[in-house]
Amino acid sequence: MRHVTVKGVRVDDTFAEAFGMRATALIITADSAQWAYQAATTMTGFGTSVIGCGCETGIDRELTPKETPDSRFGVRVLLFAVSTSELQKQLQGRVGQCVLTSPGSACYAGLAGEERLKLGNALRFFGDGWQVSKRLGGRRYWRIPVMDGEFVCEATTGLTKNGVGGGNLLIMGRSVASTLAAAEAAVKAINAVPDVIMPFPGGIVRSGSKVGSKYKTVRASTNDAYCPTIRGAVDSMLDPDIGSVLEIVIDGLTAAAVELAMRVGLAAIVRLGPKQGAVRVSAGNYGGKLGPHHFHLKDLLP
Amino acid sequence: MKALVLTLRQRPDQRLDLSPVVPHLLAGKTVTEIEHIALQTTRQRVTVGDVFRVQMGDGQNLRIDGACERLDRIGHAMTAGEILVEGDVGSQAGRLMSGGRLTINGSTGPWAASGMTGGTMEITAATGDRLGGPLAGEMAGMRGGVVIVRGNAGDRAGDRMRRGTIIVEGQAGSHTGSRMIAGTLVVRRGTGPLPGYLMRRGTIVLCETADVLLPTFVDCGVHDLVAMRLLADFVTAYSRQVAARLHGSLRRLAGDMAVLGKGEIFCPPS
Repeated sequence: MRHVTVKGVRVDDTFAEAFGMRATALIITADSAQWAYQAATTMTGFGTSVIGCGCETGIDRELTPKETPDSRFGVRVLLFAVSTSELQKQLQGRVGQCVLTSPGSACYAGLAGEERLKLGNALRFFGDGWQVSKRLGGRRYWRIPVMDGEFVCEATTGLTKNGVGGGNLLIMGRSVASTLAAAEAAVKAINAVPDVIMPFPGGIVRSGSKVGSKYKTVRASTNDAYCPTIRGAVDSMLDPDIGSVLEIVIDGLTAAAVELAMRVGLAAIVRLGPKQGAVRVSAGNYGGKLGPHHFHLKDLLP
Repeated sequence: MKALVLTLRQRPDQRLDLSPVVPHLLAGKTVTEIEHIALQTTRQRVTVGDVFRVQMGDGQNLRIDGACERLDRIGHAMTAGEILVEGDVGSQAGRLMSGGRLTINGSTGPWAASGMTGGTMEITAATGDRLGGPLAGEMAGMRGGVVIVRGNAGDRAGDRMRRGTIIVEGQAGSHTGSRMIAGTLVVRRGTGPLPGYLMRRGTIVLCETADVLLPTFVDCGVHDLVAMRLLADFVTAYSRQVAARLHGSLRRLAGDMAVLGKGEIFCPPS
Protein backbone atom coordinates (compact mmCIF):
# COMPACT_ATOMS: atom_id res chain seq x y z
CA MET A 1 0.00 0.00 0.00
CA ARG A 2 1.12 3.57 -0.66
CA HIS A 3 2.45 5.21 2.43
CA VAL A 4 4.50 8.07 3.84
CA THR A 5 7.27 7.45 6.36
CA VAL A 6 7.31 9.72 9.40
CA LYS A 7 10.31 9.32 11.71
CA GLY A 8 10.72 5.75 10.60
CA VAL A 9 7.05 4.80 11.00
CA ARG A 10 5.17 3.95 7.80
CA VAL A 11 1.72 5.58 7.70
CA ASP A 12 -0.59 4.09 5.07
CA ASP A 13 -2.41 6.37 2.65
CA THR A 14 -5.83 5.20 3.78
CA PHE A 15 -8.67 6.28 6.00
CA ALA A 16 -10.77 5.19 8.94
CA GLU A 17 -14.43 4.89 8.04
CA ALA A 18 -16.81 5.84 10.85
CA PHE A 19 -20.56 5.84 11.35
CA GLY A 20 -23.11 8.15 12.89
CA MET A 21 -24.33 7.00 16.29
CA ARG A 22 -26.70 8.09 19.04
CA ALA A 23 -24.76 9.02 22.12
CA THR A 24 -25.25 10.21 25.66
CA ALA A 25 -23.10 11.04 28.66
CA LEU A 26 -23.45 10.58 32.42
CA ILE A 27 -21.65 11.86 35.46
CA ILE A 28 -21.29 9.28 38.22
CA THR A 29 -20.16 10.48 41.63
CA ALA A 30 -19.46 8.72 44.91
CA ASP A 31 -17.97 9.38 48.33
CA SER A 32 -14.51 8.43 47.09
CA ALA A 33 -12.67 8.22 43.79
CA GLN A 34 -12.46 4.46 44.26
CA TRP A 35 -16.21 4.02 44.41
CA ALA A 36 -16.96 6.46 41.61
CA TYR A 37 -14.61 4.44 39.43
CA GLN A 38 -16.12 1.20 40.67
CA ALA A 39 -19.62 2.23 39.59
CA ALA A 40 -18.33 3.52 36.27
CA THR A 41 -16.23 0.47 35.43
CA THR A 42 -19.08 -1.87 36.37
CA MET A 43 -21.49 0.09 34.21
CA THR A 44 -19.14 0.18 31.24
CA GLY A 45 -18.30 -3.52 31.43
CA PHE A 46 -19.34 -5.68 28.47
CA GLY A 47 -19.83 -2.57 26.36
CA THR A 48 -17.20 -2.99 23.67
CA SER A 49 -19.23 -3.35 20.50
CA VAL A 50 -22.78 -2.56 19.45
CA ILE A 51 -23.01 -5.88 17.67
CA GLY A 52 -22.49 -8.07 20.70
CA CYS A 53 -23.19 -5.77 23.64
CA GLY A 54 -25.97 -3.46 22.48
CA CYS A 55 -23.88 -0.37 23.05
CA GLU A 56 -20.32 0.87 23.20
CA THR A 57 -19.46 2.54 26.45
CA GLY A 58 -16.46 3.70 28.39
CA ILE A 59 -15.04 6.26 30.76
CA ASP A 60 -14.38 9.65 29.19
CA ARG A 61 -12.56 11.34 32.05
CA GLU A 62 -12.32 12.03 35.77
CA LEU A 63 -14.07 15.02 37.25
CA THR A 64 -12.80 16.90 40.27
CA PRO A 65 -15.28 17.75 43.05
CA LYS A 66 -15.49 21.27 41.64
CA GLU A 67 -16.82 19.93 38.35
CA THR A 68 -19.62 17.72 39.70
CA PRO A 69 -23.12 18.79 40.80
CA ASP A 70 -22.74 17.38 44.32
CA SER A 71 -19.10 18.43 44.87
CA ARG A 72 -17.87 14.85 45.16
CA PHE A 73 -15.37 13.00 43.01
CA GLY A 74 -16.88 12.00 39.69
CA VAL A 75 -16.35 10.09 36.47
CA ARG A 76 -17.90 10.93 33.13
CA VAL A 77 -19.15 7.98 31.11
CA LEU A 78 -20.18 7.97 27.44
CA LEU A 79 -22.61 5.54 25.80
CA PHE A 80 -23.07 4.96 22.08
CA ALA A 81 -25.74 2.92 20.31
CA VAL A 82 -27.24 2.61 16.86
CA SER A 83 -30.73 3.82 17.78
CA THR A 84 -32.32 6.06 20.38
CA SER A 85 -34.49 3.24 21.70
CA GLU A 86 -31.51 0.89 22.12
CA LEU A 87 -29.53 3.67 23.82
CA GLN A 88 -32.43 4.27 26.22
CA LYS A 89 -32.66 0.57 26.98
CA GLN A 90 -28.93 0.20 27.60
CA LEU A 91 -28.78 3.37 29.71
CA GLN A 92 -31.66 2.28 31.90
CA GLY A 93 -30.38 -1.27 32.32
CA ARG A 94 -26.79 -0.33 33.04
CA VAL A 95 -27.53 2.54 35.44
CA GLY A 96 -30.20 0.49 37.16
CA GLN A 97 -28.03 -2.60 37.65
CA CYS A 98 -24.56 -1.07 38.06
CA VAL A 99 -24.84 2.49 39.39
CA LEU A 100 -27.96 2.35 41.53
CA THR A 101 -26.46 -0.71 43.21
CA SER A 102 -23.02 0.78 43.88
CA PRO A 103 -22.46 2.14 47.44
CA GLY A 104 -22.81 5.91 47.81
CA SER A 105 -23.29 6.56 44.12
CA ALA A 106 -25.23 9.36 42.45
CA CYS A 107 -25.86 9.89 38.76
CA TYR A 108 -26.29 13.10 36.77
CA ALA A 109 -26.68 14.23 33.17
CA GLY A 110 -23.32 14.53 31.45
CA LEU A 111 -24.63 16.17 28.31
CA ALA A 112 -26.82 19.21 27.71
CA GLY A 113 -29.24 19.42 24.82
CA GLU A 114 -32.84 19.64 23.80
CA GLU A 115 -33.37 15.95 23.20
CA ARG A 116 -33.40 13.95 26.41
CA LEU A 117 -33.20 10.35 27.53
CA LYS A 118 -34.90 9.14 30.68
CA LEU A 119 -32.51 8.56 33.55
CA GLY A 120 -34.08 9.00 36.99
CA ASN A 121 -37.47 9.18 35.31
CA ALA A 122 -37.04 5.52 34.40
CA LEU A 123 -35.43 4.37 37.66
CA ARG A 124 -37.60 6.21 40.15
CA PHE A 125 -40.11 3.38 40.30
CA PHE A 126 -37.54 1.41 42.25
CA GLY A 127 -38.53 3.75 45.10
CA ASP A 128 -41.92 2.02 45.36
CA GLY A 129 -43.69 5.29 46.14
CA TRP A 130 -41.03 6.61 48.53
CA GLN A 131 -39.09 8.36 45.79
CA VAL A 132 -38.93 12.13 46.05
CA SER A 133 -38.49 14.62 43.23
CA LYS A 134 -36.48 17.81 43.75
CA ARG A 135 -36.35 20.53 41.15
CA LEU A 136 -33.48 22.94 41.75
CA GLY A 137 -32.84 25.64 39.19
CA GLY A 138 -33.54 24.08 35.81
CA ARG A 139 -32.67 20.56 36.89
CA ARG A 140 -34.86 17.85 38.32
CA TYR A 141 -33.51 15.12 40.53
CA TRP A 142 -35.02 11.93 41.91
CA ARG A 143 -34.12 10.80 45.40
CA ILE A 144 -34.69 7.08 45.80
CA PRO A 145 -34.36 5.59 49.27
CA VAL A 146 -31.87 2.71 49.30
CA MET A 147 -30.26 0.72 52.07
CA ASP A 148 -27.21 2.98 52.50
CA GLY A 149 -29.22 6.21 52.34
CA GLU A 150 -30.46 7.74 49.12
CA PHE A 151 -29.67 7.25 45.45
CA VAL A 152 -29.82 10.66 43.79
CA CYS A 153 -30.35 10.55 40.05
CA GLU A 154 -31.08 13.36 37.63
CA ALA A 155 -34.42 12.94 35.84
CA THR A 156 -33.02 13.03 32.31
CA THR A 157 -29.77 13.31 30.41
CA GLY A 158 -28.97 14.75 27.00
CA LEU A 159 -28.93 12.81 23.75
CA THR A 160 -26.86 13.68 20.70
CA LYS A 161 -27.47 12.36 17.22
CA ASN A 162 -24.06 13.65 16.11
CA GLY A 163 -22.09 10.86 17.79
CA VAL A 164 -19.46 9.12 15.69
CA GLY A 165 -18.44 5.50 16.18
CA GLY A 166 -15.67 3.55 14.54
CA GLY A 167 -12.70 5.90 14.36
CA ASN A 168 -9.70 3.57 14.42
CA LEU A 169 -5.97 3.05 14.12
CA LEU A 170 -4.33 -0.24 13.13
CA ILE A 171 -0.97 -0.47 14.82
CA MET A 172 1.61 -2.86 13.43
CA GLY A 173 4.93 -3.73 15.06
CA ARG A 174 7.74 -6.22 14.80
CA SER A 175 6.88 -8.00 18.03
CA VAL A 176 3.94 -8.47 20.33
CA ALA A 177 5.63 -6.38 23.01
CA SER A 178 6.59 -3.44 20.79
CA THR A 179 3.14 -3.34 19.18
CA LEU A 180 1.49 -3.31 22.57
CA ALA A 181 3.84 -0.55 23.73
CA ALA A 182 2.83 1.60 20.75
CA ALA A 183 -0.88 0.91 21.34
CA GLU A 184 -0.53 1.75 25.03
CA ALA A 185 1.20 5.02 24.18
CA ALA A 186 -1.65 5.92 21.82
CA VAL A 187 -4.32 5.00 24.41
CA LYS A 188 -2.58 7.12 27.02
CA ALA A 189 -2.51 10.11 24.69
CA ILE A 190 -6.15 9.65 23.58
CA ASN A 191 -7.31 9.39 27.19
CA ALA A 192 -6.52 13.08 27.54
CA VAL A 193 -8.92 13.97 24.70
CA PRO A 194 -12.39 14.96 25.98
CA ASP A 195 -15.64 13.56 24.55
CA VAL A 196 -14.17 10.28 23.27
CA ILE A 197 -13.97 6.72 24.55
CA MET A 198 -12.09 3.64 23.47
CA PRO A 199 -14.61 0.90 24.31
CA PHE A 200 -12.34 -2.17 24.07
CA PRO A 201 -10.30 -3.61 26.98
CA GLY A 202 -7.85 -0.94 28.05
CA GLY A 203 -8.73 0.85 24.83
CA ILE A 204 -7.15 -1.85 22.66
CA VAL A 205 -8.67 -4.59 20.50
CA ARG A 206 -6.55 -7.49 19.31
CA SER A 207 -9.25 -9.31 17.37
CA GLY A 208 -10.17 -6.97 14.57
CA SER A 209 -12.98 -8.35 12.46
CA LYS A 210 -14.15 -8.38 8.90
CA VAL A 211 -17.76 -8.53 7.76
CA GLY A 212 -19.05 -12.04 7.05
CA SER A 213 -17.65 -15.51 7.44
CA LYS A 214 -17.48 -18.89 5.75
CA TYR A 215 -20.05 -20.04 8.29
CA LYS A 216 -23.63 -19.00 7.50
CA THR A 217 -24.57 -18.07 11.06
CA VAL A 218 -21.51 -15.94 11.82
CA ARG A 219 -21.87 -12.29 10.86
CA ALA A 220 -18.33 -11.15 11.58
CA SER A 221 -15.11 -13.14 11.67
CA THR A 222 -11.40 -12.63 12.19
CA ASN A 223 -9.70 -10.08 9.97
CA ASP A 224 -7.44 -12.68 8.33
CA ALA A 225 -5.64 -10.12 6.16
CA TYR A 226 -4.08 -8.72 9.35
CA CYS A 227 -3.41 -12.00 11.19
CA PRO A 228 0.36 -12.57 11.24
CA THR A 229 0.28 -16.33 11.85
CA ILE A 230 -1.58 -17.10 8.62
CA ARG A 231 -0.12 -14.41 6.42
CA GLY A 232 1.43 -16.84 4.00
CA ALA A 233 -1.84 -18.67 3.52
CA VAL A 234 -4.19 -15.71 2.91
CA ASP A 235 -4.24 -12.50 0.88
CA SER A 236 -2.34 -10.69 3.64
CA MET A 237 -1.98 -6.95 4.16
CA LEU A 238 1.11 -7.46 6.31
CA ASP A 239 4.70 -6.66 5.35
CA PRO A 240 7.47 -9.16 6.14
CA ASP A 241 8.71 -7.12 9.14
CA ILE A 242 5.34 -7.17 10.94
CA GLY A 243 4.78 -9.72 13.67
CA SER A 244 1.78 -8.34 15.56
CA VAL A 245 -1.20 -6.03 14.97
CA LEU A 246 -3.44 -4.19 17.46
CA GLU A 247 -6.31 -1.84 16.83
CA ILE A 248 -7.68 1.14 18.72
CA VAL A 249 -11.36 1.93 18.17
CA ILE A 250 -12.58 5.41 19.02
CA ASP A 251 -16.14 6.65 19.58
CA GLY A 252 -16.75 10.34 20.08
CA LEU A 253 -19.59 12.76 20.71
CA THR A 254 -18.55 14.69 17.59
CA ALA A 255 -16.54 13.95 14.45
CA ALA A 256 -14.08 16.64 15.54
CA ALA A 257 -13.43 14.83 18.82
CA VAL A 258 -12.75 11.54 17.00
CA GLU A 259 -10.44 13.30 14.57
CA LEU A 260 -8.50 14.92 17.40
CA ALA A 261 -8.22 11.57 19.20
CA MET A 262 -6.85 9.87 16.08
CA ARG A 263 -4.42 12.75 15.59
CA VAL A 264 -2.96 12.57 19.11
CA GLY A 265 -2.91 8.76 18.99
CA LEU A 266 -0.97 8.78 15.74
CA ALA A 267 1.41 11.40 17.12
CA ALA A 268 2.08 9.26 20.20
CA ILE A 269 2.84 6.20 18.05
CA VAL A 270 5.22 8.17 15.85
CA ARG A 271 6.89 9.72 18.91
CA LEU A 272 7.64 6.28 20.34
CA GLY A 273 9.28 5.33 17.03
CA PRO A 274 9.79 2.03 15.20
CA LYS A 275 12.44 0.59 17.50
CA GLN A 276 10.36 0.52 20.66
CA GLY A 277 6.95 0.70 19.08
CA ALA A 278 5.19 0.33 15.74
CA VAL A 279 6.75 0.21 12.30
CA ARG A 280 3.51 0.87 10.43
CA VAL A 281 0.10 2.44 11.08
CA SER A 282 -3.01 1.91 9.01
CA ALA A 283 -6.77 2.31 9.45
CA GLY A 284 -9.81 0.19 8.78
CA ASN A 285 -12.54 0.96 6.29
CA TYR A 286 -15.16 -0.72 4.13
CA GLY A 287 -14.24 0.96 0.88
CA GLY A 288 -15.80 4.26 1.93
CA LYS A 289 -19.37 3.49 0.89
CA LEU A 290 -20.88 2.55 4.24
CA GLY A 291 -19.83 5.22 6.72
CA PRO A 292 -20.28 8.97 6.24
CA HIS A 293 -17.14 9.94 8.17
CA HIS A 294 -13.73 9.37 6.57
CA PHE A 295 -10.64 10.21 8.61
CA HIS A 296 -7.63 10.16 6.27
CA LEU A 297 -4.38 9.37 8.05
CA LYS A 298 -2.43 11.70 5.77
CA ASP A 299 -4.48 14.63 7.17
CA LEU A 300 -3.69 13.60 10.73
CA LEU A 301 0.09 13.31 10.50
CA PRO A 302 2.06 14.95 13.30
CA MET B 1 -30.10 51.95 29.00
CA LYS B 2 -31.05 53.95 32.08
CA ALA B 3 -33.68 52.64 34.46
CA LEU B 4 -37.21 54.01 34.44
CA VAL B 5 -37.52 55.61 37.88
CA LEU B 6 -40.75 56.33 39.73
CA THR B 7 -40.22 58.40 42.87
CA LEU B 8 -43.08 58.62 45.35
CA ARG B 9 -43.93 62.29 46.02
CA GLN B 10 -45.68 61.69 49.33
CA ARG B 11 -47.46 58.94 51.20
CA PRO B 12 -50.70 58.33 49.25
CA ASP B 13 -53.98 58.81 51.11
CA GLN B 14 -55.37 55.48 49.90
CA ARG B 15 -53.90 52.07 49.19
CA LEU B 16 -52.64 51.85 45.61
CA ASP B 17 -52.69 48.89 43.23
CA LEU B 18 -49.40 48.89 41.33
CA SER B 19 -50.16 45.80 39.25
CA PRO B 20 -50.18 47.75 35.94
CA VAL B 21 -46.67 49.02 36.61
CA VAL B 22 -44.66 46.01 35.44
CA PRO B 23 -42.09 45.86 32.64
CA HIS B 24 -44.18 43.95 30.10
CA LEU B 25 -47.09 46.38 30.46
CA LEU B 26 -44.86 49.46 30.32
CA ALA B 27 -43.12 48.38 27.12
CA GLY B 28 -43.64 50.90 24.34
CA LYS B 29 -45.47 53.42 26.52
CA THR B 30 -44.59 57.13 26.52
CA VAL B 31 -44.13 59.20 29.68
CA THR B 32 -47.62 60.64 29.30
CA GLU B 33 -49.15 57.21 28.90
CA ILE B 34 -47.31 55.97 31.96
CA GLU B 35 -48.42 59.00 33.98
CA HIS B 36 -52.04 58.26 33.11
CA ILE B 37 -52.04 54.68 34.41
CA ALA B 38 -54.70 54.43 37.12
CA LEU B 39 -53.65 53.02 40.48
CA GLN B 40 -56.57 53.82 42.80
CA THR B 41 -58.36 51.29 44.95
CA THR B 42 -61.15 53.62 46.03
CA ARG B 43 -63.57 55.78 44.04
CA GLN B 44 -61.09 58.62 44.05
CA ARG B 45 -58.99 58.33 40.89
CA VAL B 46 -55.23 58.35 41.32
CA THR B 47 -52.75 57.97 38.47
CA VAL B 48 -49.02 57.29 38.35
CA GLY B 49 -48.42 60.96 37.57
CA ASP B 50 -50.36 62.06 40.67
CA VAL B 51 -48.22 60.16 43.13
CA PHE B 52 -44.92 59.53 41.37
CA ARG B 53 -42.31 61.70 39.72
CA VAL B 54 -41.52 59.78 36.49
CA GLN B 55 -38.01 59.76 35.16
CA MET B 56 -38.19 58.06 31.77
CA GLY B 57 -35.90 55.17 30.94
CA ASP B 58 -35.98 51.53 29.93
CA GLY B 59 -39.22 49.95 31.08
CA GLN B 60 -37.47 46.57 31.43
CA ASN B 61 -35.44 48.06 34.23
CA LEU B 62 -37.82 49.75 36.63
CA ARG B 63 -36.99 51.44 39.92
CA ILE B 64 -39.48 52.64 42.49
CA ASP B 65 -37.96 55.05 44.99
CA GLY B 66 -39.35 56.10 48.36
CA ALA B 67 -41.93 53.30 48.43
CA CYS B 68 -44.27 52.92 51.40
CA GLU B 69 -46.44 50.12 52.74
CA ARG B 70 -49.52 51.48 50.95
CA LEU B 71 -48.23 50.25 47.61
CA ASP B 72 -49.79 46.83 46.95
CA ARG B 73 -49.27 44.25 44.20
CA ILE B 74 -45.91 45.51 43.03
CA GLY B 75 -44.48 43.26 40.31
CA HIS B 76 -47.85 41.54 39.83
CA ALA B 77 -47.58 38.82 37.16
CA MET B 78 -44.31 40.23 35.90
CA THR B 79 -42.80 38.04 33.19
CA ALA B 80 -39.34 39.48 32.60
CA GLY B 81 -37.13 42.44 33.30
CA GLU B 82 -36.24 43.84 36.67
CA ILE B 83 -37.97 45.89 39.34
CA LEU B 84 -36.01 47.42 42.20
CA VAL B 85 -38.02 48.97 45.02
CA GLU B 86 -36.43 51.24 47.62
CA GLY B 87 -38.58 51.22 50.74
CA ASP B 88 -41.34 49.10 52.24
CA VAL B 89 -44.26 47.78 50.21
CA GLY B 90 -47.76 46.50 50.97
CA SER B 91 -49.39 43.17 50.32
CA GLN B 92 -49.06 40.72 47.41
CA ALA B 93 -45.72 41.96 46.12
CA GLY B 94 -44.56 39.68 43.31
CA ARG B 95 -47.86 37.81 43.23
CA LEU B 96 -48.18 35.50 40.19
CA MET B 97 -44.80 36.60 38.97
CA SER B 98 -43.46 34.21 36.30
CA GLY B 99 -40.06 35.62 35.40
CA GLY B 100 -37.57 38.41 35.86
CA ARG B 101 -36.22 39.75 39.10
CA LEU B 102 -38.01 41.71 41.81
CA THR B 103 -35.97 43.24 44.61
CA ILE B 104 -37.58 44.97 47.57
CA ASN B 105 -35.03 46.94 49.57
CA GLY B 106 -37.33 47.03 52.56
CA SER B 107 -40.09 44.93 54.05
CA THR B 108 -43.32 43.63 52.55
CA GLY B 109 -46.82 42.98 53.77
CA PRO B 110 -48.61 39.62 53.57
CA TRP B 111 -48.86 37.33 50.52
CA ALA B 112 -45.54 38.32 49.02
CA ALA B 113 -44.72 36.01 46.07
CA SER B 114 -48.22 34.55 46.32
CA GLY B 115 -48.75 31.99 43.56
CA MET B 116 -45.41 32.87 41.99
CA THR B 117 -44.40 30.53 39.14
CA GLY B 118 -40.93 31.70 38.15
CA GLY B 119 -38.23 34.32 38.44
CA THR B 120 -36.45 35.58 41.51
CA MET B 121 -37.74 37.77 44.31
CA GLU B 122 -35.58 39.21 47.05
CA ILE B 123 -36.82 40.98 50.17
CA THR B 124 -34.01 42.56 52.15
CA ALA B 125 -36.01 43.10 55.37
CA ALA B 126 -38.99 41.30 56.84
CA THR B 127 -42.04 39.91 55.07
CA GLY B 128 -45.56 39.44 56.36
CA ASP B 129 -47.70 36.35 56.78
CA ARG B 130 -48.37 33.73 54.10
CA LEU B 131 -45.25 34.27 52.06
CA GLY B 132 -45.89 32.59 48.70
CA GLY B 133 -49.29 31.42 49.88
CA PRO B 134 -52.54 31.22 47.93
CA LEU B 135 -55.36 33.71 48.24
CA ALA B 136 -58.66 32.39 49.56
CA GLY B 137 -60.09 29.78 47.22
CA GLU B 138 -56.88 29.03 45.36
CA MET B 139 -55.62 25.45 45.37
CA ALA B 140 -51.88 26.10 45.41
CA GLY B 141 -49.49 28.80 46.51
CA MET B 142 -46.06 29.31 45.03
CA ARG B 143 -45.40 27.09 41.99
CA GLY B 144 -41.87 27.97 40.95
CA GLY B 145 -39.04 30.45 41.15
CA VAL B 146 -36.95 31.50 44.10
CA VAL B 147 -37.79 33.83 46.99
CA ILE B 148 -35.11 35.01 49.34
CA VAL B 149 -36.00 36.90 52.51
CA ARG B 150 -33.06 38.49 54.34
CA GLY B 151 -35.11 39.32 57.42
CA ASN B 152 -37.91 37.47 59.21
CA ALA B 153 -41.01 35.92 57.68
CA GLY B 154 -44.48 35.94 59.21
CA ASP B 155 -46.77 33.00 59.92
CA ARG B 156 -47.51 30.26 57.40
CA ALA B 157 -44.59 31.00 55.08
CA GLY B 158 -44.82 28.69 52.08
CA ASP B 159 -48.49 27.87 52.68
CA ARG B 160 -49.71 25.38 50.07
CA MET B 161 -46.47 25.76 48.17
CA ARG B 162 -46.21 23.40 45.21
CA ARG B 163 -42.78 23.99 43.65
CA GLY B 164 -39.86 26.40 43.84
CA THR B 165 -37.60 27.47 46.66
CA ILE B 166 -38.05 29.86 49.57
CA ILE B 167 -35.03 30.88 51.62
CA VAL B 168 -35.53 32.83 54.86
CA GLU B 169 -32.33 34.13 56.42
CA GLY B 170 -34.08 35.29 59.59
CA GLN B 171 -36.80 33.60 61.62
CA ALA B 172 -40.14 32.33 60.40
CA GLY B 173 -43.42 32.48 62.28
CA SER B 174 -45.76 29.69 63.25
CA HIS B 175 -46.99 26.95 60.89
CA THR B 176 -44.07 27.42 58.51
CA GLY B 177 -44.70 25.40 55.35
CA SER B 178 -48.26 24.64 56.30
CA ARG B 179 -50.17 22.48 53.82
CA MET B 180 -47.16 22.29 51.53
CA ILE B 181 -47.80 20.21 48.40
CA ALA B 182 -44.12 20.12 47.39
CA GLY B 183 -41.17 22.47 46.99
CA THR B 184 -38.34 23.54 49.25
CA LEU B 185 -38.32 25.96 52.17
CA VAL B 186 -35.18 26.77 54.14
CA VAL B 187 -35.18 28.83 57.36
CA ARG B 188 -31.86 29.88 58.85
CA ARG B 189 -33.06 31.03 62.26
CA GLY B 190 -35.73 29.33 64.36
CA THR B 191 -39.38 29.09 63.51
CA GLY B 192 -42.51 29.43 65.57
CA PRO B 193 -44.54 26.39 66.58
CA LEU B 194 -45.82 23.61 64.33
CA PRO B 195 -43.73 23.81 61.15
CA GLY B 196 -44.96 21.58 58.34
CA TYR B 197 -48.55 21.60 59.61
CA LEU B 198 -50.49 19.27 57.28
CA MET B 199 -47.73 19.21 54.67
CA ARG B 200 -48.13 16.45 52.04
CA ARG B 201 -44.79 16.47 50.25
CA GLY B 202 -41.86 18.84 50.04
CA THR B 203 -38.86 19.73 52.11
CA ILE B 204 -38.49 22.14 55.02
CA VAL B 205 -34.99 22.73 56.34
CA LEU B 206 -34.76 24.34 59.75
CA CYS B 207 -31.17 25.35 60.48
CA GLU B 208 -32.20 25.83 64.11
CA THR B 209 -34.74 23.64 65.85
CA ALA B 210 -38.33 24.77 65.87
CA ASP B 211 -40.18 25.96 68.92
CA VAL B 212 -42.66 23.06 68.97
CA LEU B 213 -42.62 20.20 66.46
CA LEU B 214 -45.79 18.39 65.57
CA PRO B 215 -46.20 14.90 67.04
CA THR B 216 -47.29 13.77 63.59
CA PHE B 217 -43.71 14.05 62.28
CA VAL B 218 -41.75 10.84 62.78
CA ASP B 219 -38.03 10.61 63.35
CA CYS B 220 -36.07 9.03 60.49
CA GLY B 221 -32.60 9.40 61.98
CA VAL B 222 -29.56 11.56 61.27
CA HIS B 223 -28.12 11.51 57.74
CA ASP B 224 -25.61 13.30 55.55
CA LEU B 225 -27.44 13.24 52.23
CA VAL B 226 -26.27 13.96 48.70
CA ALA B 227 -29.54 15.78 48.10
CA MET B 228 -28.55 18.37 50.72
CA ARG B 229 -25.30 18.98 48.88
CA LEU B 230 -27.28 19.72 45.73
CA LEU B 231 -29.54 22.02 47.70
CA ALA B 232 -26.55 23.75 49.32
CA ASP B 233 -24.97 24.25 45.93
CA PHE B 234 -28.20 25.76 44.60
CA VAL B 235 -28.70 27.98 47.64
CA THR B 236 -25.12 29.30 47.52
CA ALA B 237 -26.05 31.59 44.65
CA TYR B 238 -28.63 33.29 46.87
CA SER B 239 -27.29 33.03 50.40
CA ARG B 240 -23.88 31.72 51.38
CA GLN B 241 -24.83 31.89 55.07
CA VAL B 242 -27.77 29.56 54.59
CA ALA B 243 -25.83 27.24 52.26
CA ALA B 244 -23.15 26.81 54.93
CA ARG B 245 -25.78 25.48 57.32
CA LEU B 246 -26.87 22.72 54.93
CA HIS B 247 -23.59 20.80 55.03
CA GLY B 248 -23.07 17.91 57.39
CA SER B 249 -25.51 15.64 59.12
CA LEU B 250 -29.13 16.64 59.71
CA ARG B 251 -32.02 14.89 61.36
CA ARG B 252 -34.82 13.88 59.00
CA LEU B 253 -38.40 13.91 60.21
CA ALA B 254 -41.09 12.55 57.90
CA GLY B 255 -44.60 13.93 57.92
CA ASP B 256 -47.17 15.24 58.27
CA MET B 257 -48.54 11.78 59.06
CA ALA B 258 -51.95 13.36 59.67
CA VAL B 259 -52.15 13.67 55.88
CA LEU B 260 -50.06 12.05 53.12
CA GLY B 261 -46.83 12.03 55.14
CA LYS B 262 -44.37 12.22 52.25
CA GLY B 263 -42.94 15.56 53.31
CA GLU B 264 -39.84 16.03 55.39
CA ILE B 265 -38.32 18.42 57.89
CA PHE B 266 -34.58 18.55 58.29
CA CYS B 267 -33.24 19.99 61.53
CA PRO B 268 -30.03 19.89 63.57
CA PRO B 269 -29.24 16.39 64.94
CA SER B 270 -29.73 17.01 68.65
